[in-house]
Amino acid sequence: MTGCLELTDVSVFFDEVEVIRELSLGILQGEFVAVVGPSGCGKTTLLNLVAGFERPSLGSVECHGQVRMVYQEDGLFPWATVTENIALGLRHIGDRRERKRQIGDLLRLIRIEGFEHHYPRQLSGGMRQLVELARALAGGSDVLLMDEPFSALDYLTRLRMRNELARLLSEMPRTAVLVTHDIEEAAQLADRIVVLTQRPARIRHEFTISTPRPREPTNPEVVDAVRRILAELNVESGAGQH
Amino acid sequence: MKENRNTVRALLLPALVAAIFIVVWTVVWRAGVFHRSAFPSPLAVVRGFGVEIATGRLLSDSVTSLFRVTCGFLLAVALGIPAGVWMGQKLSARLAFLPMTNFFRNLSPLAWMPFAILWFGVGDAAAMFLIFLSVFFPVVLATMAAVGTIPLVYFHVAQNYGLRRFEKLTRVTLPAIMPQVITTLRVTAGVAWLVDVAAEMIAGRDGLGFAVMDARNGLRTDLLVVEMIVIGIIGVLIDRLLVQLTNVPSVRWGYER
Repeated sequence: MTGCLELTDVSVFFDEVEVIRELSLGILQGEFVAVVGPSGCGKTTLLNLVAGFERPSLGSVECHGQVRMVYQEDGLFPWATVTENIALGLRHIGDRRERKRQIGDLLRLIRIEGFEHHYPRQLSGGMRQLVELARALAGGSDVLLMDEPFSALDYLTRLRMRNELARLLSEMPRTAVLVTHDIEEAAQLADRIVVLTQRPARIRHEFTISTPRPREPTNPEVVDAVRRILAELNVESGAGQH
Repeated sequence: MKENRNTVRALLLPALVAAIFIVVWTVVWRAGVFHRSAFPSPLAVVRGFGVEIATGRLLSDSVTSLFRVTCGFLLAVALGIPAGVWMGQKLSARLAFLPMTNFFRNLSPLAWMPFAILWFGVGDAAAMFLIFLSVFFPVVLATMAAVGTIPLVYFHVAQNYGLRRFEKLTRVTLPAIMPQVITTLRVTAGVAWLVDVAAEMIAGRDGLGFAVMDARNGLRTDLLVVEMIVIGIIGVLIDRLLVQLTNVPSVRWGYER
């Protein structure tokens, strides 16, 4: 089915270093999964596997549909305008007017009309991430991979961006995988949170959250999930959240 | 208001320095520190300008030198950037050609002068050859280095959005290296101009470098200074022209971080 992901007994070795060990994870169409875990445990490698940038040393990765990735920062081409960056996601549309119309729709969706011809350096960090999200959502992509997309932003902007992401996904539903250090962010956005172990990464625990989005950080289920994930990571590291 | 004041300062201060320079020059000339035949007065130089402009020689020599520099420079850039991109992308190409490129980069282009004359004779081609050598190797090395510093994330994005090989080159690699390449072009254009003048001084029949030697041989120090001033001004104008490239919106990002 379009938009599903299936990782089966995946192991990854970089030279002699085992980064991921026999990890299996299935993600359903339209599901929002957050992946949290200690620094350097292999979260980004997991996304790179799904995006096709890395190949598993063992096991298999099946991904149905068009996958788009959103990066922590600087994923936009600095030499291209907002319009040109978003148009990258619409390359398959031959009709120029249709492409322009879709770019207009996306700019309205992310509420940055008037900045079409600006370059990334002329935008704030939050706006840049919105443009990157718009580019990833453009053209009917199926799976959205996000590698700590808001970690370079200040706290208040991060809070706003969580709501923006929830709003965008409610208007343009996608299967989403979010790698983050921010457990509150994971609990506020995801349907399911996968906690990884220290390297080599395996799944330590999974939490599901049933409250529909958008959720407030003060929502009892979010607060409880944060507490339980922290406890999980504390048990592992003995030092609290990374 | 503040901007206007800065603009006025930017015009007045260099003019003041130039005026002081001319005053010192006049004082030294009047004091007779050097023999009059070896040290022209500012007024003599102004008259020399009049003579050189009236005969049309200044213009024709300037055009000749600029033609040589332009041809040699553009040919070196046209070949140097693709070669640098290739060496930046292919490890085997880098391993094979880097030592030789470094060797030739460190060899003064003027050392090639005897061969340039033997192979191409005295004229345009010999000077262009030397200019080419002075630009080509630095451009190759700078382009190669720039390719090596392109963040991997851009290539991931290109792959993620299905850019084909040629598109990766035109839409990622070339725009990503352009700021560094433009900086190198500015530096090498200055070097090319110096090499052209030197080449014409040693083995020229025309051009500004030859005019310098001609003035020296005729003991016309006033004309010598005229040529020197024109050489300096053209050098500055070449750099001002190339600096305009840094204002192109799609490369501006490289100068604002």
